[in-house]
Amino acid sequence: MWDILKNRWRQGTRTIPLSSRDQIPEQFRLKEEELKLSKILDAKMQKFFGRSLKLRAVTAGSCGGCDLELQALNNIIFDLSRFGIQFVASPRHADGLVVTGAVTKNMKLALQKTYEAVPDPKIVIAVGACAIHGGPFEGSPEVLNGADSTVPVDLYIPGCPPHPLTILDGLLRWLGRLENK
Amino acid sequence: MSQEFLTIQNAISFEESNVPVLETEVWRQIILEHCLAGKMRIVALFTERKNGDGLRCYCVLGNDGKKTLHVGACDFIGPNPKYPSLTQHLFEAHLFERELFEEFGLLPEGHPWLKPVRKQGDYPFYRVEGEQIHEVAVGPVHAGIIEPGHFRFQCHGEKVLHLEIQLGYQHRGLEALMVKAAPSSQMVLAESIAGDSVIGHGLAYAHAIEGLSERSITPQRSQSLRAIALELERLSSHAGDLGALAGDIGFLPGSAWFGRLRGEFLNLLMDLTGNRYGRSFLMPGGVLSDGTPKKVLDFKKRLAMALTDWKDLAELFFTASSVLSRLEQTGVLKQDAAREIGAVGMTARASNLLRDVRQSYPTGIYRICKIEPVKMTTGDVYARARIRSLEGKRSLQFIQERLETLSHDKISQPCGALKKESMIVSLIEGWRGEIAHVVLTDRERKIRRYKIIDPSFHNWIALSVAMQNGQISDFPLCNKSFNLSYAGHDL
Repeated sequence: MWDILKNRWRQGTRTIPLSSRDQIPEQFRLKEEELKLSKILDAKMQKFFGRSLKLRAVTAGSCGGCDLELQALNNIIFDLSRFGIQFVASPRHADGLVVTGAVTKNMKLALQKTYEAVPDPKIVIAVGACAIHGGPFEGSPEVLNGADSTVPVDLYIPGCPPHPLTILDGLLRWLGRLENK
Repeated sequence: MSQEFLTIQNAISFEESNVPVLETEVWRQIILEHCLAGKMRIVALFTERKNGDGLRCYCVLGNDGKKTLHVGACDFIGPNPKYPSLTQHLFEAHLFERELFEEFGLLPEGHPWLKPVRKQGDYPFYRVEGEQIHEVAVGPVHAGIIEPGHFRFQCHGEKVLHLEIQLGYQHRGLEALMVKAAPSSQMVLAESIAGDSVIGHGLAYAHAIEGLSERSITPQRSQSLRAIALELERLSSHAGDLGALAGDIGFLPGSAWFGRLRGEFLNLLMDLTGNRYGRSFLMPGGVLSDGTPKKVLDFKKRLAMALTDWKDLAELFFTASSVLSRLEQTGVLKQDAAREIGAVGMTARASNLLRDVRQSYPTGIYRICKIEPVKMTTGDVYARARIRSLEGKRSLQFIQERLETLSHDKISQPCGALKKESMIVSLIEGWRGEIAHVVLTDRERKIRRYKIIDPSFHNWIALSVAMQNGQISDFPLCNKSFNLSYAGHDL
């Protein structure tokens, strides 16, 4: 017990403060052109999802890199739960889906069923180059070239894989939690 | 030593015409004779379509003791190719033969369970009948943020009688894409085989192309940088796994701090390469970015701090009695079972089977600078956790040594054109285990067949074996202790 306390004292707090966009380093922010393409959630949806968002992550044919970055969001450095955003175990408990991967033919049915299981109102976020349009696998006969082949997507976050701060930049600004500059 | 198979070296190409094409029965006997005696093991077993409807089946055997590789082939012609399967005598061939059958229709007669590898369909899972038996199906979409795969348990109460694993959900058609892609895109594809083994697969690809090129000299500075990136990848995955194991057993300080350490190694990799996982760093002939002297100094400081942290955290984790009681004797994979299934890498070393490509078939800087592999004897979750901790410390020390001795030369040298009608076997010790890329070129100096074998291809069955007669509540812990790649298996 004493060792744990001693270690805690030594390690200190590592969580990156994130209350304004300036705190995200320039290299991780989504650029101006990408900004214009995304609509900020309208007032009604913001009322539903702005302060508490439960997400179900579905990997549909990815290399695994984007999933690792999504997992990293839950660690003590990025601490996603302080924004009220959480990953849940069942689509029935979720407000929306986070889709990674280029959607292989083998995963199409699973993704569809998971989407249908999420109760309305729901949102879909596509994370990573593969989920946007197939990434390096675009054109392969085994792949359906992105999440919007199967489900309607509300937010796209580019990257291969996107740095956790980029995912946060996109997600939080879309929810109206970080001012949009 | 096999007189009939061709003896080759890791990452050194040879002419395809030198590969002996044998009678099916002779080929089969050579494989069985050497593997059953325990002297060699199957590194690769795959097929290629030749001359219309003909098939050529290659087998690459590895002799870890004598540090040699051997390759031999046999041909099949006609509409219904078949041969007596190797699996009925030699279990480690099982998944390779299922793959041959699925992709090319080459029937291994007598194979005990010819189920699909990557195709999905109405597959009848193995069932245990009985009034008190219940079946649990998990996946493809799992509870956490994890890759998709299907697990079917046959349970009696809490005890798991049988676990069957069905994968294929991440099948993106990588081998076909590698053959069609332009050379500039091939590196991107190789890096995307498995997102946490970017450097592993990328290096296997780079070595394969360099070996197949007419002229290629990789500068030593780039070889050191490549090894540093590979070891950083190993460290980040090991730290992440230890954190995940800690989280699974409820030891939250370990979970929080190992997670932070993982971030530290990923940030080091980002400062070296520009990407947290090392993408766009490797190229055939060298690397794309360098370490300035200021960066190298900064790295040394951060690595020294990371080593202190690692040692402290490992001590904290492995001396807690609650941790030990949960990890010890759980998910045991005995040495004979590991040898029988052909396990490679960390899984094999945790079960007292010394298999490490950096020692047996070293390439790059590993030829000059040895890194001692770690071996554990018990084969349980504790062994797999402990081996990560010990390997992590060794890797940290290895990186520190490489930073001290970085040579002063270029970081890349472009390769020449590929050789005609040549073949190469390129092995790398990724953090999970042995990564194998086997490449064949055609008369136009283009790649005509690209075979990728991730260590998970050998190791997935280990999870089924370790879970037998275990508790179903131990499944997440066992799964995390192996941490096998779904994407690497499915390609």
